[in-house]
Amino acid sequence: MRTLIFRTAAPFITALMLLLSVFVLLRGHNDPGGGFIGGLIAVAAFAVQGIAFGVPVVRRAIYFHPMAIAGSGLLLAALSGVLSYAFAVPYLSGLWSAPSLFGVTVDVSTVLFFDIGVYLVVVGGITSIALSLEEREDG
Amino acid sequence: METIFSLLVALFFTGGIYLMLSRHLIRILLGVVLFSNAVNLLIFTNGRLTHAVPPIISPDLMTPAGPVANPLPQALILTAIVISFSFFSFLLVVAYRAYQDLGTDDTEEMRVAEPANEAPPPMGY
Amino acid sequence: MQRGTFLTFIVLLLPLLGAALAPLLTRWAGGKAGWLLAIVPSLVFLHFLGMLGMVSEGQPITGGFDWIPSLGVRFSWLLDGLSLTFALLISGIGTLILIYAGGYLDGHPQQGRFFSFILLFMGAMLGLVVSDSFLMLFVFWELTSITSFLLIGFDHEREASRRAALQALLVTGLGGLSLLAGLLVVTQATGFNDLSTLLGSGDALRSSPLYMAAFVLVLGGAFTKSAQFPFHFWLPNAMEAPTPVSAYLHSATMVKAGVYLLMRLNPVMGDTAAWETVLPLFGGTTLLVGTLLAVRQTDLKLMLAYTTVASLGLLVMLTGFGSELAVEAAVLYLIAHSLFKGALFMVAGLLDHETGTRDVTALGGLRKAMPITFAAALLAALSMGGLPLFFGFLAKEEIYAALGFGNGWAALATLVAVAGNSLMFAVAFAVALKPFIGAERKTPKQAHEGPVSLWLGPLVLALAGLLAGLASGWVHAGFSSPMASAVAGRAVEVTISTVPHIGMALLLSAVTVGLGIAAYLSLGTLRGGMAALLTTIGWGPDRGFDQFVRGMLHASVGVTRIVQNGRMDTYMTVTFVCVAAVLLVPMILFGEFPAVPVFPDLQLHEWAIILMAVIGIGAVVYAKSRLVAIVSLGIQGLAVALLFMLFGAPDLSFTQFMIETLSVVILALVMTRLRLALSDHRPLGQKLFDMSVAGLCGAGFGLLLLKVTQQPFNDALSQFFNAYSRTIAHGRNVVNVIIVDFRGFDTLGEIAVVMITGLAILALIRIRAKPDAGKAKEIGR
Repeated sequence: MRTLIFRTAAPFITALMLLLSVFVLLRGHNDPGGGFIGGLIAVAAFAVQGIAFGVPVVRRAIYFHPMAIAGSGLLLAALSGVLSYAFAVPYLSGLWSAPSLFGVTVDVSTVLFFDIGVYLVVVGGITSIALSLEEREDG
Repeated sequence: METIFSLLVALFFTGGIYLMLSRHLIRILLGVVLFSNAVNLLIFTNGRLTHAVPPIISPDLMTPAGPVANPLPQALILTAIVISFSFFSFLLVVAYRAYQDLGTDDTEEMRVAEPANEAPPPMGY
Repeated sequence: MQRGTFLTFIVLLLPLLGAALAPLLTRWAGGKAGWLLAIVPSLVFLHFLGMLGMVSEGQPITGGFDWIPSLGVRFSWLLDGLSLTFALLISGIGTLILIYAGGYLDGHPQQGRFFSFILLFMGAMLGLVVSDSFLMLFVFWELTSITSFLLIGFDHEREASRRAALQALLVTGLGGLSLLAGLLVVTQATGFNDLSTLLGSGDALRSSPLYMAAFVLVLGGAFTKSAQFPFHFWLPNAMEAPTPVSAYLHSATMVKAGVYLLMRLNPVMGDTAAWETVLPLFGGTTLLVGTLLAVRQTDLKLMLAYTTVASLGLLVMLTGFGSELAVEAAVLYLIAHSLFKGALFMVAGLLDHETGTRDVTALGGLRKAMPITFAAALLAALSMGGLPLFFGFLAKEEIYAALGFGNGWAALATLVAVAGNSLMFAVAFAVALKPFIGAERKTPKQAHEGPVSLWLGPLVLALAGLLAGLASGWVHAGFSSPMASAVAGRAVEVTISTVPHIGMALLLSAVTVGLGIAAYLSLGTLRGGMAALLTTIGWGPDRGFDQFVRGMLHASVGVTRIVQNGRMDTYMTVTFVCVAAVLLVPMILFGEFPAVPVFPDLQLHEWAIILMAVIGIGAVVYAKSRLVAIVSLGIQGLAVALLFMLFGAPDLSFTQFMIETLSVVILALVMTRLRLALSDHRPLGQKLFDMSVAGLCGAGFGLLLLKVTQQPFNDALSQFFNAYSRTIAHGRNVVNVIIVDFRGFDTLGEIAVVMITGLAILALIRIRAKPDAGKAKEIGR
């Protein structure tokens, strides 16, 4: 699998897929996409990188342990619901605000953070699975 | 449309269950994959099929303009796909580890927890 | 909560508190902790004594609070003459027992645990007799069974102890379940779920068609607890427990719980033909069997245990007669029995403790060495034998007064009572007189008087039997009359005193004493005769219990071998055969097949994708090599993704596509490293069978789906999501809005599952194969 062409193209593919995954995540509320799909695209990106350069490279590149990413995602998703208590609405009720940043209106919502949490859990959890299975091949 | 989908679902179930009844771990695993696809399609068909547009509201409207595909089964299936993948990976790793430790992929020979000809329990008090 | 109510609640909790403190106290004070811990039951005693005035005037005290309001369950108590007398006996005798146990088990390494258990039992027993609500009654009833199990099995290193403990638990525990069912039936029949309302309901239960069911089930509980024939066998075996337990649980208190229950329910359940036949019948049989078996024994504790069985039979018989005099007799005998039997058990333990043996044939001439013990024993035996001045005399007079003037049925009962009482008389003196008179015998230990903690209990109880007889007026006013009134369900005045009144009763008493003396003198002959008789019969319920337990074990092993044979394919086959049956059988039974479908009108590319899926499935099933299997798995997954795309589900399509890709990659990674057999080794017959099971399941799912899709569709929920997705959740992708907003909590759970799976896989891969993996392989093969 580690042909020259693949190894040359792999970093670009990975970078593009990661970018795409974030894009898909953020537009998910209004168009096809969302945390689950975005997360899976990111996992595929890491898998490509892993096949091309080996698992240690990927592990170094993502710096954190994949399960740590998943854990922080779960925490973020859970915490995004806590804000509801401040507004005396049931846990995980969506809360919206549209602050203006540099003249551009940006929709910020707890739902967005929840979706980012989903994204992180999928990225972390499934990357961890894929990497640990790939790793065995080397060792 | 639902008719042909029912047939397809039946076929998925048949194939999946036939594989799961086998004695070999890897075939059971393949069966699980077919089975989860069967369940997903079952839910999908239950929500009725339509060639209509996806359940996405166009930017200048507050509700979908015309008839759209049923969003509810889709939401259910989407998470189900991800979960069944996690489940599949887990089974795969369990099978892999079992093969490493027991040296067999035949369920018939995996008798560590329930050995054949197990001695009866003590009969005293 | 009122102050009095709160105080009673605290008092009910006191023994449990004591149980928690007991191990600590014992570590600190050793056997002396018995004196300290005795404060607990004595406080309980004083609290209940304070209620005596009010209750003896016929005013029951009730209290409690809501426990599970939604189910109408209350934690409530009812203290009338019956409960209060029981509560006083439990706490009063409990005080003496704790002191006694402090001396008896002094230096035992587990003495703290013993104190804990016995205080726990005390709490449970107190709860049982004061309970008003049925549920509480049942819970405490079972708690006494469990604590009794712990106490009988206290010496758990001996097999006999373990067996006796298990036996007691099974017999009384099963009886407890019967009681629960009985109480539920009572609730069903009358609508009441506490005693105080039930007792005020008059004929409601008796006239209910469910009366017989309730009657039988309640008796199941009462007869097992109070060791009625044929359930009597657990009680003598329970003598494996240390003597303080036998004295407390198995003579004075717990075994009387069954009698308590019968007495408690007498006003609403008694006075029917069934009640007046069954109770005397079983009670009388138990009385005779108990005394005959008692005569056969030489072990002091066993002799007493069988007479306890007999006394319980007598109590049940009297309760069954239900006449005013019979109730009075039962009440008097119950009080007298608790006093003298507790005392005699403690004497037996004391003899055992000081001489090293409890065999009545090995003891003799101890009157000089143990004078106080002798005095206590003699006093208790005089009461048990029913000699004038003692409380036991009053009880016996009343028994004969109640039975002696009847016809037929009662005359037979009189005969039984006379026979039983005279044998009990003989046993009483065999226990209390034989070891002390005659020539001195050599015993394993040099006999001398025990410490004060050991003789205080029996002496106090025995003296109480005498004083109660002498001051019978007060005792009747305080205890007997209120208790008899509670049992009879109407005001009853107990008047009997020690002044002899010439009549039938006195005559029968005299006959009893005469027969008793004769039996005492010829005890050796009787014992030999009974032993020979029992050898001839050979089988008894005790051995039956062993056979029952062994049969259950064998049956369980057999069933386990069949249903859990350790073969994965059996489990799978059974599962899927059941699935097929669940899907198809109702359809066939009710003729609910789907209508014949119209032939689908699909476009060419749709046909192509469906064909692709079909080929994929077929190829996976028939794949002979790994590569084919992996690729065809990918093909069917891709086909599913495309179907999602065609029918308006782009989100699903993307997800499915990504997942299929990852699955194929992972599967390829694992499979290249494992030599997992892919080919199918099933024999052809097996293959055909599996295929038909799979086919039936598939057909079932397919037909079900077809039927469902032919029904009208209720899309209210989907319409809701379409309508509100943008308006209140500000999202245009309805599917995503459902996932992250409307059903966000579900999704939170689902990502937690993904997370946990990731952790589990990591752990599985990280755990290295243990060095003895080869051993597992051996076992596996």
